[in-house]
Amino acid sequence: MLTRKHIESVVLPLSAILVALLLFGLFCLAAGANPFGVYGSIYKAAFGQWSSWQNTLIRAAPLMLSALCTALPARLGLVIIGNEGALVMGGIGAIAAGLAMGTAAPPLLVQILMALAGMIFGGVWIGIVGALRHWRGVNETISSLLMNYVAIALLNHLVEGPMKDPASLNKPSTFPLESLYRVGTIPGTRIHYGLVYGIIACIIAYILIQRTTFGFAARTAGGNLRAARIAGLPVGKLTLAICFLAGSCAGLAGMVEVAAVHGRANASLNVGYGYGGILVAFVARHNPLAAGVIAVLLGGILASGGILQRSHGLPDATVLVFQGLVFLCVLYSESRYGTIPALQPQTNVTRNS
Amino acid sequence: MSEALGWWGVPLAIAAGTMRGGTPFLFVSLGECLTEKSGKINLGLEGTLLTGAMAAYAISYLTRDSLGTVLAPIFGVVVAGFAGAILGAIHGWLAQQRRVNDVAVGIAMIIFGSGIAFFLGKPFIQPVAPQLPTFDLGNWSSLPAVQAAFKISPLFILGLILAPVMQWFFRATRWGLLIRAVGDAPEAARAMGVSIFKVRMLSIMGGSFLAGIGGASLSLYYPGVWTEMISSGQGLMAVALVIFARWNPMQCLYASLLFGGAQALGPALQSVGVDSFYYLFNAAPYILTLGIMILTCSPKKTLTGAPGALGKEN
Repeated sequence: MLTRKHIESVVLPLSAILVALLLFGLFCLAAGANPFGVYGSIYKAAFGQWSSWQNTLIRAAPLMLSALCTALPARLGLVIIGNEGALVMGGIGAIAAGLAMGTAAPPLLVQILMALAGMIFGGVWIGIVGALRHWRGVNETISSLLMNYVAIALLNHLVEGPMKDPASLNKPSTFPLESLYRVGTIPGTRIHYGLVYGIIACIIAYILIQRTTFGFAARTAGGNLRAARIAGLPVGKLTLAICFLAGSCAGLAGMVEVAAVHGRANASLNVGYGYGGILVAFVARHNPLAAGVIAVLLGGILASGGILQRSHGLPDATVLVFQGLVFLCVLYSESRYGTIPALQPQTNVTRNS
Repeated sequence: MSEALGWWGVPLAIAAGTMRGGTPFLFVSLGECLTEKSGKINLGLEGTLLTGAMAAYAISYLTRDSLGTVLAPIFGVVVAGFAGAILGAIHGWLAQQRRVNDVAVGIAMIIFGSGIAFFLGKPFIQPVAPQLPTFDLGNWSSLPAVQAAFKISPLFILGLILAPVMQWFFRATRWGLLIRAVGDAPEAARAMGVSIFKVRMLSIMGGSFLAGIGGASLSLYYPGVWTEMISSGQGLMAVALVIFARWNPMQCLYASLLFGGAQALGPALQSVGVDSFYYLFNAAPYILTLGIMILTCSPKKTLTGAPGALGKEN
């Protein structure tokens, strides 16, 4: 049943996005661009026609998966922002598995192995963050962000050293994946199957968190850690399991980028899907299904980066400014819950006479 | 740079790195220390650092003709501080709203701050801005490497002075006491009639002002350029560094020097020909930070020196 509380949790983030759009328009105006022209260009580049929809959805796929890396631990009360690092590690794991399989293995098997490798690499990466949090009390936000830099350094090391394809001169990369092994596109479109992975992962995550005892235990521990301990919930195991799942989602995003988009691992892995994923998770209020929808919106905005540069002379960082504005407005909207009279549940006052 | 020195170049480069690379760490960590003493975390100093670096470089470039090549970079440093304070005001206001998590605001401010810095800084990637003048203490040596290592920035010296001053400020002044009271026991401070909002707002803005200056030291001293890659997590490492330094300004100073040195490790080893692990050595500061956090944090008790209201809801 739709309650006013549900309506509130849809209306407030949407109004936050609208306010952010307004502020962004003012920003563009100050930068000397016509805000309405900019809005129009974003819409056209993101959702204007089928081909732009395809661009949007291609970008939405890694965003969904990367968003789960923040959204799942958030249910446990952890703020994890190691999405970029887990994504990069997943990409490294996937390409290592793909290259190790030679050229003659059945493609489906290779793809499954690549996905598993990506998920394990990403999962272990964020699992470390969870373990440090649980056993050493290390702040998970800071450690996960530091691990991003370590992962990127490792990627740079691998593509410049042990895994370098000598033919990749301008952009150091690993050897390319056998074209047979690459994840294909949905028939009749340019959209790769990564989108399907993303949607399935969001649905599974939603069911896991909202409809299983595991998810209930996690939400309980996130609501009140001490009460969860007293109730005998295995907080340590929960933390590790959730962090591993979160990291494996981002790792799968890395696998998708490697196996479906680039065909090799290189610096294109860390182009900001990790940070975009954090934004998606917060706007979706850490609801996995909502994250799927918001990822499509943000994917559209990312897809419009190029056109802003070409037709309005705005630098590519414009998209980053917009993301920052959306994030800030959404956070402000958090403080408005329970304050808008029209959206409050009607209380039935019963009088005792 | 180290051909004439051979392996001696490595300790020299690390020593130089403690001063050159340590300066931004020092300012950001002192800024974060001030912020956290009032009971709020500002993770967004990474964005503030970038904005400061961009503002300082842009102002120094734009005013180089009207102010001359000495005053222009100094003006740039001041503007960088104020640019930081503006971002701090956004953080300070938003992080004190009901039900708003200061860590989340920090993440948003990293994105917003770096977006603003890259957006406004785009035209300044090519031009060369006048750099801050340095004190050249290495002229006794004929080796250019030694001379370069002993070019001491006035910002570094300012930071050296600032750390003990901030220590004294917290211990012995009325304002320092107010900030500590708000950070440790907000209820008690409120009972004293102190406006928690105002004290935190000013602390966050002051901290961001310092972080902005830290950014200026990146773009106007070392490495002395403006690019989008100029800051690589220094703002964030400084937050971890404050925990390591137990919210003590003097220990922030020592920790910053240590981190500056760690950062110089990769380039120093590369310059003597050890370049097969160049990229991995570049991860040294991050791994060092993680290691230090693992050693100093504890799951059982709150850390000594931690402000009591840190991490609590509004």
